[in-house]
Amino acid sequence: MESVIKIEELGKLYQLGTIGTGTLSRDMEKWWARMRGKEDPFLKLGEINDRTKSQNENFVWALKDVSFEVKKGEVLGIIGRNGAGKSTLLKLLSKVTKPSVGRIKVKGKIASLLEVGTGFHPELTGRENVFLNGAIMGMARFEIQSKFDQIIEFAGVERYIDTPVKRYSSGMYVRLAFAVAAFLEPEILIIDEVLAVGDAEFQKRCLGRIKEVSESDGRTILFVSHNLGSIHTLCTKALWLDKGTVKQIGTPGEVIKSYNQTTIENAGEFVRDKDPGNKPLWFERIYITDWKNEKKSIFLHDEDIFIHYEIGNNLSWSDNPYNLFCTILDENGQRIFSAESEVLKDNKTVLKIKGNMLVRGNYSLETFIHKPMVVQVDKLKEVCLFNIVDNGSALNIHGDYDYGRVFGNFEWKYDN
Amino acid sequence: MKEREDWTEIIEAKSSFDFDLGELFRHRDLLFLFVKRDFAATYKQTVLGPAWFFIQPLLTTIVFTIIFGKIAGISTEGYPKIIFYLSGIVLWSYFAECLTRTSTVFKDNESILGKVYFPRIIMPLSIVASSLVKFGIQFLLFLIIWTYYFFKANTIHPSAYLLISPFLILLMGALGLGAGLIISALTTRYRDLVFVITFGVQLLMFITPVIYPLSAANSNFKLLIYLNPITPIIETFRYVFIGAGNMNLLNLGYSLLVTLLILILGIFLFNRVEKNFMDSI
Repeated sequence: MESVIKIEELGKLYQLGTIGTGTLSRDMEKWWARMRGKEDPFLKLGEINDRTKSQNENFVWALKDVSFEVKKGEVLGIIGRNGAGKSTLLKLLSKVTKPSVGRIKVKGKIASLLEVGTGFHPELTGRENVFLNGAIMGMARFEIQSKFDQIIEFAGVERYIDTPVKRYSSGMYVRLAFAVAAFLEPEILIIDEVLAVGDAEFQKRCLGRIKEVSESDGRTILFVSHNLGSIHTLCTKALWLDKGTVKQIGTPGEVIKSYNQTTIENAGEFVRDKDPGNKPLWFERIYITDWKNEKKSIFLHDEDIFIHYEIGNNLSWSDNPYNLFCTILDENGQRIFSAESEVLKDNKTVLKIKGNMLVRGNYSLETFIHKPMVVQVDKLKEVCLFNIVDNGSALNIHGDYDYGRVFGNFEWKYDN
Repeated sequence: MKEREDWTEIIEAKSSFDFDLGELFRHRDLLFLFVKRDFAATYKQTVLGPAWFFIQPLLTTIVFTIIFGKIAGISTEGYPKIIFYLSGIVLWSYFAECLTRTSTVFKDNESILGKVYFPRIIMPLSIVASSLVKFGIQFLLFLIIWTYYFFKANTIHPSAYLLISPFLILLMGALGLGAGLIISALTTRYRDLVFVITFGVQLLMFITPVIYPLSAANSNFKLLIYLNPITPIIETFRYVFIGAGNMNLLNLGYSLLVTLLILILGIFLFNRVEKNFMDSI
């Protein structure tokens, strides 16, 4: 199979200094400092960023030395943690911004779906938006015209097509937006997290459409998602980005496995490294222990798990309306269950998850402090990764078979 | 690996100037749709709708007639005040709109520009096009009033050079676009400029003979007014339609030259900024 994308030593350098400046007065200050032979007062900004650095502290490589090829008809899934460079890579591929070094060679037309409904205008009707959105994504008028009926049918909005989209439900809006994208016919399609929207049934149709497109039409798809499950089912190949470089490329099974393994290695604890700013409450530290108060990240299935919270505050505490909310996520980022509690003064809050609850696998926490229905003040996602090992449960004999995420609370009855 | 290197596109960190007219042509539908979107966005929510196109210049003309004509008593060389002011205002607002809207083009369209690629210059071009439509409507209003004066004997004296008016409009649009592009390129770095623009455009209006004839220009500012490339455009426009002022081909040539320079510089700067502006916005 021939390659349709060839990426050679691609790198993108972000200049932290100028992001911080951008005003005439600061540039004047910089210039004045230089004139007096002093150091640039804004150069220090770069130091707080702990991403891969170049020699000069003021620059950060969001991507560095990335080289790989994508063959025709492949569905490449891109995984990696937040800040690993996934979005930067997609931005470079879709030409939203230019690379600093290296090159991307492309065969065929690229269309990117970094967000569905780009350019949708609420005042325009569904029909007008389909044409506008299609044109923004590079379709000619006659192309849109010829696929118009299919698009409308796929989205299921025939009756409302001449209504301004501001009157649409959010579901209809997303469906219409996705439908335009799904019927674009570029040789290469770039998709970022769009499947996080819409109802379950529509998501399934989108996934189906993506599969259909790549299999029957031989189109190439690049797909970024946090959902390892859909990477597994959709992709023929996976790429793991870590700190702006390619960590691994291979079959989705292999890559996801080693991705999960390393995330476990540096897991188990969250420690705030940035200034909380002007938050009233914030997570200072979260860590996981067993009943002996020993920190660890691997537990047996029948062991109790203790999640310790240290919360910093700036409150007067007369009447604290804030709650702590904690959700356990599985390795695909799906929510298993949640627990909520008030935030109390001078308390080290501990959440105990009883043994015989979670089945073997990798888990993490999504947690935030909020005033219910009003405001979220601090939020963490996929922190404190931990792993559960089956120590001989009744289901253990089934090995890798997917029997769910929790041990049910049930009993059998036998009436004769 | 033996593979034919027939890549259709190579994305790399080149900094050279590239301005692909073919690509621009392929995206002409997009330009049209942006213009359409613009109109829907501006007038769908208002009660009077497109009638605002008429009301705006009319109100300004009335205000100017009262303040500058009646109260301040600035001469209009004996020509009817309404048509005198309207001719200046209609053409001036076309320029001002092109300029101010182009100058914030990156910021206003951040959400689209950050997500998909299309030739960036489409966006400012669509602004000039939609301003031109707006101008067209206002020009119609001007023509109606102009016709009235035309048949009212001895008020205005149009000249046969009327035929060059499309050229004047084109020049005005190009100048607005060019200046707007320069400012848009600068605002991605210096946000402060955005605040200066509205004020700057107002100041610029006072050194342009919009509300006064060139002959009444204050001698202290005369040089500034003469150096202003918009001056000959407005003067000529007024001359060919109502006979006020005069027409000087040399001055007009100067305007053309400056416009071309500003436009080229604008496209050049815009081209440089468009590739990386998403990193700094």
